[in-house]
Amino acid sequence: MDLSYSDEQVMLRDSAERFVAANCGADNLRKMRASEEGFSRAYWKQMAELGWLALPFTEDQGGLGGTAVDTNVLMEAFGRGLLLEPYLTTVVMGGGALKAAGGRDDLIGKIIEGDLLLAVAYAEPQARFDLFDVATTARKDGSGWVIDGHKAVVLHGDSADKIIVSARTSGDRRGKDGISLFIIDRGAAGLERRAYPTVDGSRAAELFFNSVKVGADALQGGEGQGLAILEKVSDDAITALCAEAVGAMKVLLDTTVEYTKTREQFGQPIAKFQVLRHRMADMMMEYEQAKSMALVAALKVDSADPVERRKAVSGAKVQIGKSGRFVGQQAVQLHGGMGMTDELSVGHYFKRLTMIDILFGNVDHHLKQFSAAA
Amino acid sequence: MDLSFTPEEIAFQNEVRAWMAANFPADLRAKVETGEKLYKADLLRWQKILAAKGWIAPAWPVEHGGPGWTPTQRYIYANEMALAGAPDLPAFGLKMVGPVIYTYGNEEQKRRFLPRILGGEDWWCQGYSEPGSGSDLASLKTKAVSDGDDYIVNGSKIWTTGAHDSDWIFCLVRTDDTGKKQDGISFLLIDMKTPGIEVSPIIVINGDHTVNQVFFTDVRAPKKNLIGKENEGWTYAKFLLVNERNGIAQVGHKKHTLRRIRKLASATDMHGGRLADEPGYRQRLAETEVALMALEYSELRFLSGQKTDHAPGTEANMMKVAATQLQQSMSELFIEIAGYYSFPYDGFRDKKGSNEPPVGPAEAGGAMFDFLYGRAATIYGGSNEIQRDVIAKVLLSI
Repeated sequence: MDLSYSDEQVMLRDSAERFVAANCGADNLRKMRASEEGFSRAYWKQMAELGWLALPFTEDQGGLGGTAVDTNVLMEAFGRGLLLEPYLTTVVMGGGALKAAGGRDDLIGKIIEGDLLLAVAYAEPQARFDLFDVATTARKDGSGWVIDGHKAVVLHGDSADKIIVSARTSGDRRGKDGISLFIIDRGAAGLERRAYPTVDGSRAAELFFNSVKVGADALQGGEGQGLAILEKVSDDAITALCAEAVGAMKVLLDTTVEYTKTREQFGQPIAKFQVLRHRMADMMMEYEQAKSMALVAALKVDSADPVERRKAVSGAKVQIGKSGRFVGQQAVQLHGGMGMTDELSVGHYFKRLTMIDILFGNVDHHLKQFSAAA
Repeated sequence: MDLSFTPEEIAFQNEVRAWMAANFPADLRAKVETGEKLYKADLLRWQKILAAKGWIAPAWPVEHGGPGWTPTQRYIYANEMALAGAPDLPAFGLKMVGPVIYTYGNEEQKRRFLPRILGGEDWWCQGYSEPGSGSDLASLKTKAVSDGDDYIVNGSKIWTTGAHDSDWIFCLVRTDDTGKKQDGISFLLIDMKTPGIEVSPIIVINGDHTVNQVFFTDVRAPKKNLIGKENEGWTYAKFLLVNERNGIAQVGHKKHTLRRIRKLASATDMHGGRLADEPGYRQRLAETEVALMALEYSELRFLSGQKTDHAPGTEANMMKVAATQLQQSMSELFIEIAGYYSFPYDGFRDKKGSNEPPVGPAEAGGAMFDFLYGRAATIYGGSNEIQRDVIAKVLLSI
């Protein structure tokens, strides 16, 4: 057994860490969140040139044939740097959906070049974390389809060039069959969006499909075949988010250790107080266990055994949710009033971790998934 | 021992309830129910209604404008107000400096300041913490040097809530640095319009502007605005901190919030049923309710004059820790209701006159906003680590 990174993975990590150290962080976030798209197109181009947008795609598709562990190497560095570019939504989710559906390697090529941004519109107001709870409908219209519905909190739904949307082609709202995926241009007639900033400094949108007409070629992966693809996309996204969270936790732990060693009260560094020392020891243990579980998810997300995959991914999400909450909250607490400010980076990492806990299902949701799989 | 209220107390409860139903403005109620931000103008309007009724300062002595209620009446009043959704008014004048002035101030100070606190003509802020003096408050360095009838004040205060809305600040200043650090502190009232005062906003984690850093550069503060004796300010400061912590349990507000959480969770979809029926959520909701009962009945015991068995005098410290932890776990229950709709950064709550509706269900509005700012509760007013130190010192007699 060998759980250490390969030389290539170490190189990838170093290059990603150099990139985020030079370009990202809280200062960049404060600047970007006031911008229209919430991220930098220039950085996105650089990420394409570095080959990162090609990482998970096959060599036939023009990609690098990377594994989930490779993606996690990148995501952990992104988490350390509060990177804002839409890697998760375009490459992991959108690209992942196209890869699973097959037949649109032309679009994957454009992703790799940095010329195509995607968003996956899966959530609905009533659905919460159930991917199969789909009220949005697609009905046959000649050879094409007409889509109606409301998709909630679509990450980067404002800047994406194309939207991949789940819609019901048959069955009841909560039926597991009859869900299909469609790809739609941002400018399609009848597609309305209400865009807004999110608490972590990124952006999202409500998407309203008002009798949006699409051609037959908009259907991805076959009629009624959408749920399995969405579940894979969701698991890949969870795996990537777990790695991002590990990166964020690492920074919080390092920053807190550093701060308590320099901040003096009662004539000594506050790191001398036993209650804070034990708190930081707990933070470290949470971090390490989160890191282990993020690795488990990456190693098993592509497993052919559905139980093994479910337990790894949901287990990791539970651990990351709990650890992220503890590490984030205690990092703020130990920074005192300063931890509450927009000026320090601590609060930004804490907010991102809070969002990651909710994304694709919180601790309760994944405990339920985990125990159902066992 | 009798838990039930007397007929007179029940009559009083009904009176408060009826008056609230008739006089608490509906638009303010609506803002509170949707978690919208309340501005000074909103709070001032409510303050003036309460002041006209004579209910603005329940704990104040009658001669200074209090209603002369018993502790039980005050408890009933606070509870009814909170359950009706009435917002808390800033504590700095009414619950902090007001009691310091009528307890330790001279006659002229009482005449001059107290009526204006009650009527809301003067808004106050608190100059305690400094960049280098947080948990170790007594190490504060803002200096007041005697110069004829004035002090010349230099230094800086931080985390000053509402400084940008305030007319006056009560400050702990150093008037002697030769002895023990607690011994050279004085309690000084300073007019915020005095030249040399600069208020610099601090934007906090939820994007809101509530706190500030206040800079004093050669600020001339008349000595007649010194409370009590020079160098004895630490005594008044501690008196004030105990008062601050006494009100901190906020049982009524927590009941109101829990009622809102229960109602919303019962109407929120989850896994094809309701969030309130999910086993995990249901259990945490019940645990929270038990914790709230424990808080409420501890408050009632202490209110009726009981002390803790092992560390008498630390009741307020204990309540501060228990109440703030409970507040934070309640805010976690709240963001679970909002789910994905806790993501939108609702900066619009801070835009006066915006007509844009919130993103997502209005009832869950402000969930993330309050969750994030609520992290401060275990830090301010003496961090929970400091409270436990105080309790442990008494408990272990060290």
